[in-house]
Amino acid sequence: MIEFKHVSKVYANGTVGLKNINLAIGAGEFVVIVGLSGAGKSTLLRSINRLHDISEGEILINGKSITAASGQELRHVRRDIGMIFQNFNLVKRSTVMRNVLSGRVGYHSTFRTLLGLFPKPDLELAMQALERVNIKEKAYVRADQLSGGQQQRVSIARALAQEAKIILADEPVASLDPLTTRQVMDDLKRINQELGITTIVNLHFIDLAREYASRIIGLRAGEVVFDGPAKAATDQVFAEIYGRPIKKDELLGVEA
Amino acid sequence: MLDVSQQRITVDDLKPKWFDFRKNGKMWSSLLILAVIYGWSIRETGISLPALVEGIPHMQDFLMRTFPPDLSILSKLMAPTIETIQIALLGTTLAVILAIPLGIGAARNMSPYPLVYRTCRMILNFLRATSELIFALIFVAAVGLGPFPGVLALGIHSAGMLGKFYAEAIENVSKGEIEALEAAGSNKWQILRYAVWPQVLPEFVTVNLYRWEHNLRAATVLGLVGAGGIGFELMTTMRLFKYDETATVLLVILATVTVIDFISTRIRMRVL
Repeated sequence: MIEFKHVSKVYANGTVGLKNINLAIGAGEFVVIVGLSGAGKSTLLRSINRLHDISEGEILINGKSITAASGQELRHVRRDIGMIFQNFNLVKRSTVMRNVLSGRVGYHSTFRTLLGLFPKPDLELAMQALERVNIKEKAYVRADQLSGGQQQRVSIARALAQEAKIILADEPVASLDPLTTRQVMDDLKRINQELGITTIVNLHFIDLAREYASRIIGLRAGEVVFDGPAKAATDQVFAEIYGRPIKKDELLGVEA
Repeated sequence: MLDVSQQRITVDDLKPKWFDFRKNGKMWSSLLILAVIYGWSIRETGISLPALVEGIPHMQDFLMRTFPPDLSILSKLMAPTIETIQIALLGTTLAVILAIPLGIGAARNMSPYPLVYRTCRMILNFLRATSELIFALIFVAAVGLGPFPGVLALGIHSAGMLGKFYAEAIENVSKGEIEALEAAGSNKWQILRYAVWPQVLPEFVTVNLYRWEHNLRAATVLGLVGAGGIGFELMTTMRLFKYDETATVLLVILATVTVIDFISTRIRMRVL
């Protein structure tokens, strides 16, 4: 359960990122956040694991305030939240396995991780994670040898190895082609359904949002302007979220 | 950009204007200042062509006396040559050990507090600004003659160079990987180990090898101030006017530097 209570964010330069957000996202939901670029999608997502600090209000994760947490406490909350990035953010010179194992780092002492000594269950967990995204055979390949779609699947495996209970995906398919986009979205959906991991995804493709989301949240200028089931998000609703009619390039346009 | 072809060009425009003092006053005054600086420097340093010409016979004499090099002392040079390589190796290693914490502290994105950042920067600047020969003089005075002060001198000065390079390499690491580790609940050390280290590794190896090569060259002159190595032999032969032996020492230095450069290049190619 993720709760936003009167959350606002104003950047140092005066730009308003979020304006009085009140939301509750239940366990196991598949939420897609939509809105124009600059509407605050990324800020909202990154405030959940506090990669961005908020200026006002509070965010609770399973009743625990991440806003108040610091040091060790903050790291432990973050450990339960996996993150998928637009540019994958894998260490390109390291192997796939090492990248997946880096999701386990938060569970061990500094000393142990500095030496790179991961216990056997970690290795098995990492392998299972790779298997789940169908990329097990690439375990010992350097990350920069993989295609974009494969790299994104490795980063999903990293979140799985982390044993995350929540996955935040910030524009996970924005640098992928339409076909790989579907594979990655399918992986996210499958994990959400099979493991019950709460998943929050920022997307700018309208059709994709409707197809995968169980719930859509629309942001405009830092405010929630729509919050409802995917079915209720009609073209009319999107036009309102965007403040203008939807354009062709906001549709992925490839049917499943 | 201006499209010149579109402009109307008159005969006036084609006349050179650069000599017009009123229009280019700034340029002319800077040239004047530069000329004064040069004139002053030439006078103070006593640069004189006649002196150089007068010196030619002396140089000729020196070169004649170095030829043929006295190769009989080669076996005697073996030990100091090895010592020189050892000074360079240990000096570089000491530098790496000192430079790692300083480099991390001096990297804007990894330094824990602004005060630590500024202190590390200051230490690195000081170490770099002071030449290894000055450090060698200090350490010879402190721990006595021999190769040990040489190792210390190279280690301390090189730490300043290496630390600066490390800090820059760490600052150039892409932010995304750091963010990914941060998001997974890693602490600063773990971020350094899993996001920063793999990314700086190639540069780390390259810079250290370059420094080793540099330190070998520097180690050959450390002997001049009594800090061990082949430089001591170089100085002795010159003091005794045995220029044929000096020539041999120089040849040995040239050979050693070449061999080490070659080895270091090979290692670099293997690692990257």
